[in-house]
Amino acid sequence: MAEVATAAAAPEAQATRARPGPLTRIVRSALRWLGVLPFGVYVALGLGAPTVAIAIAAFQGSNNNAATLSNMDAAVHGTYLTGLENSLELSLVCAILPGIFGLLIAYAIFTAKRGNVLRRVVITASGVFANFGGVPLAFLFIASLSTTGVVTGWISSAHIWNPSDLYDVRGIFLAYLYFQIPLMVLIVLPALEGLRPAWREAAHNMGASNWQYWRYVGGPVLFPSFLGCLLLLFGTSLSAYATAEALTGGTVSLISIQIGALLNGNVIAGQENLGYALGLIMIVIIAVVMILYTFVQRRAARWLR
Amino acid sequence: MATVATAERTTPVRGPAARRRSWPVWRWAILLIAAVYFGIPLYAGLKFAGFKAFTQVTSYPQFGSAFALSLRLALIATVLTLVLMVPTTVYVHLRLPRIRRAMEAITILPIVIPPIVLIIGVLKVAPGFLISTPDLLGLEYVILAMPFAYRSLDSGLRSFDVKTLVEASNSLGAGWPTTLWRVVIPNLRTAILSATVLTVALVLGEYTMASLDNFQTFPVWIVNFEQNSGNVSVAASLLALFVTWLLLMLIVTLGSRTARRRGGAEVTLFSVGTRQITPTVGEAE
Amino acid sequence: MTMNAAAGTEAGGSVQSAAGTGAGAPVVLDSLSRSFGAVRALDGLSLNIAPGELVALLGPSGCGKTTALRIVAGFEYADSGKVTVDGRDVSPVPAAKRDMGMVFQSYSLFPNMTALDNVAFGLRMRKIGAGERTKRATALLDMVGLAPQARQYPHQLSGGQQQRVALARALAIEPRVLLLDEPLSALDAKVRLQLREQIRTLQQRLGTTTLFVTHDQEEALSMADRVGVMKDGRLEQIAAPSELYSTPATAFVAEFVGTMSRIPGNYSGGDEVTVFGRDVPVHGEHASVSAGEVDVLVRPEGLTVEAVAGGNGIVTDRTFLGSLTRLSVLLSGDIAVKVDKTSTAATELLPGTSVQVSIPGTEPVLIAERA
Repeated sequence: MAEVATAAAAPEAQATRARPGPLTRIVRSALRWLGVLPFGVYVALGLGAPTVAIAIAAFQGSNNNAATLSNMDAAVHGTYLTGLENSLELSLVCAILPGIFGLLIAYAIFTAKRGNVLRRVVITASGVFANFGGVPLAFLFIASLSTTGVVTGWISSAHIWNPSDLYDVRGIFLAYLYFQIPLMVLIVLPALEGLRPAWREAAHNMGASNWQYWRYVGGPVLFPSFLGCLLLLFGTSLSAYATAEALTGGTVSLISIQIGALLNGNVIAGQENLGYALGLIMIVIIAVVMILYTFVQRRAARWLR
Repeated sequence: MATVATAERTTPVRGPAARRRSWPVWRWAILLIAAVYFGIPLYAGLKFAGFKAFTQVTSYPQFGSAFALSLRLALIATVLTLVLMVPTTVYVHLRLPRIRRAMEAITILPIVIPPIVLIIGVLKVAPGFLISTPDLLGLEYVILAMPFAYRSLDSGLRSFDVKTLVEASNSLGAGWPTTLWRVVIPNLRTAILSATVLTVALVLGEYTMASLDNFQTFPVWIVNFEQNSGNVSVAASLLALFVTWLLLMLIVTLGSRTARRRGGAEVTLFSVGTRQITPTVGEAE
Repeated sequence: MTMNAAAGTEAGGSVQSAAGTGAGAPVVLDSLSRSFGAVRALDGLSLNIAPGELVALLGPSGCGKTTALRIVAGFEYADSGKVTVDGRDVSPVPAAKRDMGMVFQSYSLFPNMTALDNVAFGLRMRKIGAGERTKRATALLDMVGLAPQARQYPHQLSGGQQQRVALARALAIEPRVLLLDEPLSALDAKVRLQLREQIRTLQQRLGTTTLFVTHDQEEALSMADRVGVMKDGRLEQIAAPSELYSTPATAFVAEFVGTMSRIPGNYSGGDEVTVFGRDVPVHGEHASVSAGEVDVLVRPEGLTVEAVAGGNGIVTDRTFLGSLTRLSVLLSGDIAVKVDKTSTAATELLPGTSVQVSIPGTEPVLIAERA
């Protein structure tokens, strides 16, 4: 790549003197793209090919590879429909609740001065906890809330928690909160900080109370970013697999788990294409979420500069 | 203009801004609830596992091979990621700035395609000889690490005026390889280190793809051994968490140090500004 | 939050009926002090602002001028001292209720509202009906020349336009006091000049008492009725611009306002100092200067220069300023001075020319400790 760059640089130095012919220009511009060729190839092979394969297989019959819609059809009916609904519902709840709570936590610390100890602790802790996911998280919750769990022991007398709930959507929800809330704190904090103090002061100067400031200025300006954060949380929650798998052993009805069950080789052959169909559905949903996210972020960026 | 007798003015005048100095109760309440919620599972984990379990972890069967496999994959993934992403990112930054938006979009794709879906696709298209080795995972982890690596390197490149330095270096007679090695990369040290640490943390915690590929990396081992001994699994989990925490602390400290040099910006693992996001390592495994 | 229903009787101003009441309120800053940790930002600042007066606080960054302004606005509190508006102590009054209009340095317009809504915001807070709000806000935007931009959002406006909207917004509430926190620093030179005039014209027409903070001496001198030069939290001198320029009270003021050259001289302790071989009267604060070697501070127009072979200096540089040319001369002893001469007379004084610099001796000079 360095050689290519040198080759491109040298002729360019001379370009100012004589206008190159069209062929040279084409060749030169092709050479320019050479620099990203390795990257392009890697992404095409490692990401593009699998995705295309899934998209194709989703529409193929499991036995004969003939084009069919039966997989996609099965994917939106019966237990798979339930799985999809559960996943969407769970992700929605795991976006909104952590969204609000995370916002409150972020607000609680953002008014503190830069070097404030508590603020730094919360931010660091959030960074750390946001990355506690997957397997270790599942086991911590087992340690807390399973039949022999430590916390279960504490609250068993109060009858508010049935240990078996841990292995169903309720338990997963609690576990997801563990990284969703800190994640929210981290991603909403920059947005909060994008609120210029001059706006707040100008509002007060104009006679607005704190509440009026939030109602007319702070809230509206923050809203696109907040929405963007919720979308990110939604996407993260939907994609999640490891925690739920480690916690429930693959028994809970969520779309990501179902995909795993269909394709981990322990299941009857002949159902794989259904798994690919489910995979395609997931890709589409998350793609939509990410597109919405970019729109929302662009609006947020316009105001929060 | 004459100073009024200060005797009456010794008590500080409580203006409106003064009220903001003390924290309202509700803020403390929220932080307290949060602290409890996040502290309890950690405490429970420690109590559940018991002290002995921690010492037993390393002696458990297959721990060694599983951990070694994870380390090997981490090494492969990290080296490949750096070799692929550093030149590419620098090249795009310097010579193809117009496709930066496309790059950002492409590097978001691994998030759009969740690991669970990615692995099933990979297993479908990969040639037989690759599927039989665990190194396939190493190759795919590069894809998973791409978002962080790109963003880390990209923000590193934005933090100093690359173009000017490169031009200065060239004008002083240095060729491209020298410029890259002596001028660009040294200034990217922190970004490269960040990318490395994030990749390593990602690989060490990755369960989804490894389990579907049927190779026993460390996280897979933890789950497989739950049947035998829950204590040990919990202990191993806590150790894994602790190591991740150390690695992340490393990034934050490094990041803060550079930020302080640049002027006091606070470092988080995210920047939600225009279109940038950097997802987490944990669940996106 | 009473609307200032003053019987604003000012000659002419039909435009005033839209927003102006005519009478600003007198403002008194009384021994304001404030420390941030170990740093003493304000050290007993006292200032009287007459109704309708525009006072500029001028000084380098860190001198406390912005802190003083923010205390008056209510965004900071003072450790000691008080602020009185129209005879009433406003120190315990929260910022939202002080009825002062403030223009911030930049980017203070609410990004989610149009220019019109921004200007009308203060009126909305005062529970004025929508129709009346729109009418008044439009009139104000008209006053600053931005009526066509009423429906545009801040990010669609240029820096200069944004600040004009900010000004209109501050004036919409018919404040008794107008506060301006370096409103022009973020703008480029040409826009700055235009806005300077506009602010001054509006302020005079409406008669609003105004406190203006800036680090740009040209701005302060051209706009203000009086200028207060600040340093380290204290007021060094407050006077009309011409007085500040011609009779600076301290060396700091002299060097901050306009250009000064420092020339070594000999001070015998009395009313005269010896420089360039003659005795020149001394003025200003010199009680703290001990006899002996001192620096004499002279403005470029206070020196004379002639081309003389074997003179006491050599021209090192010349800057054409229009009718005047400013010459940089290096005197023997490595002393750099600046001397103004009419451009027509200065044509032969090119860099490298040997010259004789002298002082007429009729005007009093300022002296300071040898630097």
